[in-house]
Amino acid sequence: MPRPVSSICLAVLLVGCGAALAQEPAPERRQALTHLLKQECGSCHGMTLKGGLGPALGADALAGKDDEALVATILLGRPGTAMPGWERFLDEAEARWLVRQLKRGATHD
Amino acid sequence: MTKLIPGLFALALLLLGGCVTQPALRGTNDLGVVIERADGSVLIVEHSRGSVLARVQGLGDLSHGSVVFSRDGRYAYVFGRDGGLSKVDILTAKVVARTIQSGNSIGGAISQDGRLLAVSNYEPGGVRVFDADSLALLHDIPATAKPGGGLSKVVGIADAPGQRFVYSLFDTDEIWISDFTDPKAPNTTRYTGIGRAPYDALISGDGRYYLAGLFGEDGLALLDLWHPEQGVRRILDGYGRGERPLPVYKMPHFEGFAGAGNYLFVPAVGRHEVLVIERGSWKQVAAIAVEGQPVFVRARPDGRQVWVNFAFPDYDRLQVIDVDTLKPVKTLHAGKGVLHLEFTPRGDQLWASVRDEDKLIVYDTATLRPVKTLPALKPSGIFFTHRAGQIGL
Repeated sequence: MPRPVSSICLAVLLVGCGAALAQEPAPERRQALTHLLKQECGSCHGMTLKGGLGPALGADALAGKDDEALVATILLGRPGTAMPGWERFLDEAEARWLVRQLKRGATHD
Repeated sequence: MTKLIPGLFALALLLLGGCVTQPALRGTNDLGVVIERADGSVLIVEHSRGSVLARVQGLGDLSHGSVVFSRDGRYAYVFGRDGGLSKVDILTAKVVARTIQSGNSIGGAISQDGRLLAVSNYEPGGVRVFDADSLALLHDIPATAKPGGGLSKVVGIADAPGQRFVYSLFDTDEIWISDFTDPKAPNTTRYTGIGRAPYDALISGDGRYYLAGLFGEDGLALLDLWHPEQGVRRILDGYGRGERPLPVYKMPHFEGFAGAGNYLFVPAVGRHEVLVIERGSWKQVAAIAVEGQPVFVRARPDGRQVWVNFAFPDYDRLQVIDVDTLKPVKTLHAGKGVLHLEFTPRGDQLWASVRDEDKLIVYDTATLRPVKTLPALKPSGIFFTHRAGQIGL
């Protein structure tokens, strides 16, 4: 009986791992995304992401915030506010990668 | 003698030192300051020949850096995103005073008499007023509290005749006028419900009209400073009604009255259009289709041309509108990240900053051709000293 369970676990782990690898943008793309974050997002959130017209996006400011909600905000914007959706310029996996970078505070190029 | 020589030597050093720090005798009216947003530095430039004279460093986060000038045209006051307020001597290229006056700031203005500096702040929301000589804090005017806590962000600050500063409250939909006729006891008039989310504003070159762009609705808020008792009125209410606005990837900016004759040119929010308004009737005369969402819309000083740059992702070009026909006559592919435009005092040249290509491009406005390129690190705002004599700049 323990055998099937562990193989399921292994399968889950492998799939999870594979998905995580697939989600990591290529180095050039990572650089472009970081540039986008610093320069274009920086127009409203500040180049150092300490906030401006839009809120601060530092690791401390985002701590505890739901990843899914953050990804949705990046892609679709927040209606009724000045935050536009950016789905024309990046896909979900890339938005997810940006959220991870922001939460880690690793956003310098 | 052996004692005298070191004394003489010290004297000579002093004299030499004096010579070195003494700026060369020259005027300042062909000088300017260029923000290098990523490095917290500014360039001192001159536009008679078109050259970079010096770089001044240590000015903090300049991601939304802006500048006003002392009335003698010698000092540039640099407002940084991080609340930094720096006074730069543009002849010696030195920071002569600096203070961190708030946590997060968006811009500032200098009073009619040149003695007061007002800074509009996001955090804490409000306006702080400083002595233009010493940068000592004189007054703190907190903004209205937001429903969700904190104070409203303040945007669009401009100087008006009569020692007044006019500004807008983004989160609470207000325009305030603070009158510093008595600098010890300023008097603030508040206009509420002026329209949703004013995001930037400008004042006409004659100081009469204050015009705020609204982000939360299609329209503009107008205040006639000759008749402040008449209150704020809405103009261009519902422009573009029925069309779905595009996502706004960068807020448009209102800077200077892009006035040409009786017309005023403003960016349309969320549309690929420059709106033309007739001064006086305040009716829309035209909506000029352009190649992106306009950010800066600036009129050549003689009013014959209007130059426009655009928000991401169309920020690799400039368009020139002929005011006589109200049509775009030329698209100029300047490079990626065109962030700002500045005319020379009489409009023979336009300088543009191209952020991602680390350069400034100088255009001849008669031929519409580039005549010079200068290196600059991630440049954004370009500010020439003749602004020192202009209301609202």
